[in-house]
Amino acid sequence: MLDGRSQIKRRAGLRLWLSAGWLVLLVLVALLAPMIAPKNPLEQDLFAGRLPPFWVSGADPSFLLGTDSLGRDVLSRILHGARLALTVALVSGLATCLVGATLGLMAGYLRGWVDVVISRLIDIWMAFPPVLFSILLIAVIGPGLGSIILAIVIIDWTRFARVVRAEAMAQGAMDYVASARIAGRGRLGIMLREILPNVLPTIVVLLTLEMGIAVIVEAILSFVNLSISTDDPTWGGMIAEGRASIHQAWWVLVFPLITLFFTVLSFSQLGEGLKDRFDPVLR
Amino acid sequence: MSFLEIRNLTATLSNGMPILRDVSLSVAAAEVRGLVGESGAGKSMIGKAILGILPRSVRITRGEIRLDGTDLLALPPAERRRRIGQSCALIPQDPLTALNPSRRVGPQITDRLVDILGWTRSNAEARARDLLAEVQIPEPERVMRSYPHELSGGMRQRILIASAFAAEPKLIVADEPTTALDVTVQKQILKLIAGMQARHGTALLFVTHDLGVVSKVCQRLSVLYAGMVVEDTDVRGFFSAPDHPYSRALLAATPVYTDPEASLTPVPEAVITAVRAEVAAADRRAGRG
Repeated sequence: MLDGRSQIKRRAGLRLWLSAGWLVLLVLVALLAPMIAPKNPLEQDLFAGRLPPFWVSGADPSFLLGTDSLGRDVLSRILHGARLALTVALVSGLATCLVGATLGLMAGYLRGWVDVVISRLIDIWMAFPPVLFSILLIAVIGPGLGSIILAIVIIDWTRFARVVRAEAMAQGAMDYVASARIAGRGRLGIMLREILPNVLPTIVVLLTLEMGIAVIVEAILSFVNLSISTDDPTWGGMIAEGRASIHQAWWVLVFPLITLFFTVLSFSQLGEGLKDRFDPVLR
Repeated sequence: MSFLEIRNLTATLSNGMPILRDVSLSVAAAEVRGLVGESGAGKSMIGKAILGILPRSVRITRGEIRLDGTDLLALPPAERRRRIGQSCALIPQDPLTALNPSRRVGPQITDRLVDILGWTRSNAEARARDLLAEVQIPEPERVMRSYPHELSGGMRQRILIASAFAAEPKLIVADEPTTALDVTVQKQILKLIAGMQARHGTALLFVTHDLGVVSKVCQRLSVLYAGMVVEDTDVRGFFSAPDHPYSRALLAATPVYTDPEASLTPVPEAVITAVRAEVAAADRRAGRG
């Protein structure tokens, strides 16, 4: 019993530290990108195009991870790309969470017509293919950082709303909620003080997952050239460019892809780790 | 005049199916009224109706719930909430879901003292400590800082009892408070509730399906079948000479603990048929088809 508990804690701890470590590193990189990036990420040098990373013969050691077909430094572009990726992850993740969780909580606890309206809305929303929907949306409202964030919120709020609604419904049926009602607590008070704390672990997990998804969506939109202006380095844009020259210069595709992969993985693992940490029974 | 007076309370599901049929019962101050019946008879629904926590699907169509003379159902919702909060409390059935798992125990007891009665937090905490000591919880200080999952089921039920008595309510609805506990703990909890009730002079509506429990703690008793009160009597009268055939059959069906070999006596088919006919007749009289 005691062993099982400490084991869970240790594993959760390692997962938490590794993923949080990567994300903290990423945040620092994003903040300090102009200072630590070895080159200007926008500077082209056609004579230095498609230089391989430093360990491959023929490399220029000043371009650690090589250059793309226009001679821009891959490492510097990845570091600068972290800025957009993290901004999108944080802002759209939080906004999606706020919208979705609020609606889910209302539907799950208030029930009645509020639930009917919100649930039908979720059903309708889920019938759209999300990626197509976002591409269509951006095409209509025009590219740009604000548009990406808005698109992610509009597409993904249902992810929170559905799960939070179900959890709020389950919690709302518990006797402690009935006791709070007898004790004269209002609906808002019950939602915020009684139900929300019990749904919070789920919300946190969803939030971190959502941040990972936001990074992917941003990459997809960059890939299809609907993100922000093409000059600014984005991971998705780099992957799209790298795809064209995959046989001549694999590094242009592979390094941003690996960064993207670890970032998304870290977000989801952070969520799992935090969930174990938050769980009042395991704590 | 009784503190709680329910008159002709009728409630239906949203599809028109009756849940409570013309229920009338009263609980005098400091009196313990038992409410027995098989599952689905509507025992808990009466308690929930009094406390204003009926499920959304149940609608009260008729009747009065008078608390200290005031009909709760005639009050605007906010005022009703306030009245119930000031003078009523619940001892719930399942101690495992009746405390919020992500909040510490202490604030869950003191909340209503602070919110409804306007006590200061330190006064409320002192009061909670005293009450926890009264329900024989060792180290009340430590328990108040604990999360519910750190405590046993029996402990949690004691906390809920302390919490119910905290605001000195006039009426407590105990909704099968011992059903979720194992037999050894049941007896202690029952004794505890009876003792607290006597000391605090609280009126108690004791919902249960266990006639043994009724004989120990209650003074008066209502027997419910299909949401209808078939017998309203004092407990001594009930156990010596139950009036209604269904009550007699229910009493006869009580297992005899002294003879483990004896087979259980079910309520006879004829009695069920008769009581159902009675319910149907009442429905016809009330024009419910």
